[in-house]
Amino acid sequence: MSLILENVHKSYREPNGHLLPVLAIEHYELAQGEQAALIGSSGGGKTTLLNVISGILAADSGRIVVDGKDIAQLPEVVRDRFRAARIGFVFQTFNLLPAFTALENVLLGMSFSGRGVNRPFAESLLDRVGLAKRMHHVPQRMSVGEQQRVSVARSLANKPALLLADEPTANVDPGNQELILNLIRDTCRENNVTLLMVTHAVEVADTFERVDRLTDFNKPVVAEQEASA
Amino acid sequence: MNLLTISWKSVKQRRLASILTALSVGLGVMLMVIVLVIAGAVDNAFNQRSIAYDLIIGAKGSDLQLVMSSVYRIQPPIANLPYMYLEQLREDSRVELAIPLAFGDFTRPEHGAFPIVGTTNEYFLNDYTPGQKFQAENQPGTRQLSELYDAVIGSQVARTNGWKVGDQFSIVHGRADSGDYHDEMFTVVSVLRQTGTPNDRSVFLNLEAVYTLEGHQKPIEEVEERLRDFYGNDPDRLNRALQQLEELRVRRAKGEEIGDPTMGYGIDTPEAMKEITAVYVKVAGASSFKAHSLYSELKSTSRAMAVNPIIPIQRLMTNFVGNIQKALMVLTGMIIVVSGISIFVSIYNSMSDRRREIGIMRALGARRGSVFAIVLAESSVLCVGGGSLGWLTGHLLAVLCAPEVSARTGLLLNGWAFNPWEFVLFPVLLILGALVGFLPAMTAYRTDVADALQS
Repeated sequence: MSLILENVHKSYREPNGHLLPVLAIEHYELAQGEQAALIGSSGGGKTTLLNVISGILAADSGRIVVDGKDIAQLPEVVRDRFRAARIGFVFQTFNLLPAFTALENVLLGMSFSGRGVNRPFAESLLDRVGLAKRMHHVPQRMSVGEQQRVSVARSLANKPALLLADEPTANVDPGNQELILNLIRDTCRENNVTLLMVTHAVEVADTFERVDRLTDFNKPVVAEQEASA
Repeated sequence: MNLLTISWKSVKQRRLASILTALSVGLGVMLMVIVLVIAGAVDNAFNQRSIAYDLIIGAKGSDLQLVMSSVYRIQPPIANLPYMYLEQLREDSRVELAIPLAFGDFTRPEHGAFPIVGTTNEYFLNDYTPGQKFQAENQPGTRQLSELYDAVIGSQVARTNGWKVGDQFSIVHGRADSGDYHDEMFTVVSVLRQTGTPNDRSVFLNLEAVYTLEGHQKPIEEVEERLRDFYGNDPDRLNRALQQLEELRVRRAKGEEIGDPTMGYGIDTPEAMKEITAVYVKVAGASSFKAHSLYSELKSTSRAMAVNPIIPIQRLMTNFVGNIQKALMVLTGMIIVVSGISIFVSIYNSMSDRRREIGIMRALGARRGSVFAIVLAESSVLCVGGGSLGWLTGHLLAVLCAPEVSARTGLLLNGWAFNPWEFVLFPVLLILGALVGFLPAMTAYRTDVADALQS
């Protein structure tokens, strides 16, 4: 399995001191190379789930196994390095660094992995997403669709085992939506990368063979009631 | 792509703020470099390299005044010594070389009021600083002091007045503004090349010519009284001097002219009537023991004093010039610290804007230590980059200004001379960069990734 979640809980502390449970997942898994769309409403914990899976946020409890490693058990420094090397991220708002060119943004993704920078591979990735002629442009001089394609290229720069995509087409015009989606899915398929894409758009999720609803396996309210009981 | 490259990108991204903050550091460093270069030039001008003699002998008084008047020629002389004392020194086995100097007059104010020094050609045949010999400009007709009213002029004198070999000038008796002009015209026979010493702004005359000038003679009775005072413990020399004075009285009583009747005292003036202001002395074998022996001997008498030219100047440098230098260094150091604080403010203010970027890098796998290092490297790049620019500009400015400074002050600026303090400068700048970057770097270190990504 590429991703296994077991008894994962995550709560936020509210300003009044009360805990707000966001995640309470008993079990969830994805096989290596599998592609799944995860549907959830706004504020339903989708982004929190991706952050917990990637180790950006620490879960309160539970096992989060990515590519065979329980990242919840890893020290932060090791977890950071693991995230760089084995987990790719495509953000809703692209999150490109404005001072860096498209190529440099991809190289930046490589530079934290500890495996060094592979410039030809970065160039081939940009070529793959159709930006061979735009790789020396900064994000500001690129269209929204192009920026998201750079983001896709960057997410694959370290040949990850798992790609997490957080509403990658939410800010992209309809013409580019399909292009981006196909690009993400095709490149993941070509590289046998497991893909978990969260979205609130049913029409986007419907293009996936596997569609999961977050509310089906995430029961934070129940957990809160149990806790108060 | 290493951390330094990432830092550099961030510096470039905030180009204007980065340039301004780096410039402020550069300005401080540039000022510091200029202070160091000038301090080095002043130090060179005032330290032991200014003169290649072991002792200066002059009338009793302030040792500093003797050095300032005889070496730097920026103070009036204390008093005179009998010329016969020069002969006495030359007979002393401890003395290898004794060069007489007579000064107190100046060129006319419109000619720059440069000090006049009566001396002999020996002065130019010896080093002016250890290992450095006088060199004359290659001008037609250049020669040594041979005729009575010949003059050798320093480079600054020549430059100021546009004088060359063959030009003539007259001088002022006593203070430059006294208005008491000597009638005699002196002819330039040699123009010295720049030495970076007070010689550049001096005019050298034949010592014998000094005795011929009006107003440089004293009545026989006054000279006799001074000789009796000076040679009170040396009856042989005193008698010989008094005998010369007596012969002069007799000749004058007979109405005989002494020397050239048109110019007062002539070159056959008896030695007992002549005076000198100071004597440069080289002791035999450069022996510090002999120098000290001569120094101590003179100290125990009331006739003259010997001064090691280094000591009063070092005292002056330590007590006065050195303190000014330190004050300037502290001031420029404070400018650099203030510049460092401006870097801190600039980076710290940018941290809220950069929070998202830090979050992105952390999401991409950058460790806390990495983002800490990136911010720290950024402040160091600004400090060291600005400092390097200031260092280079400071030296370039010194090189460019050197001719003008030299022309105006006679100070030889070596723009590329490196002060040992400069080697400390860059480590200090690195430390400063680290210090001012620490707090912003800690902010980056503590950034909550999830929050930052949503910001």
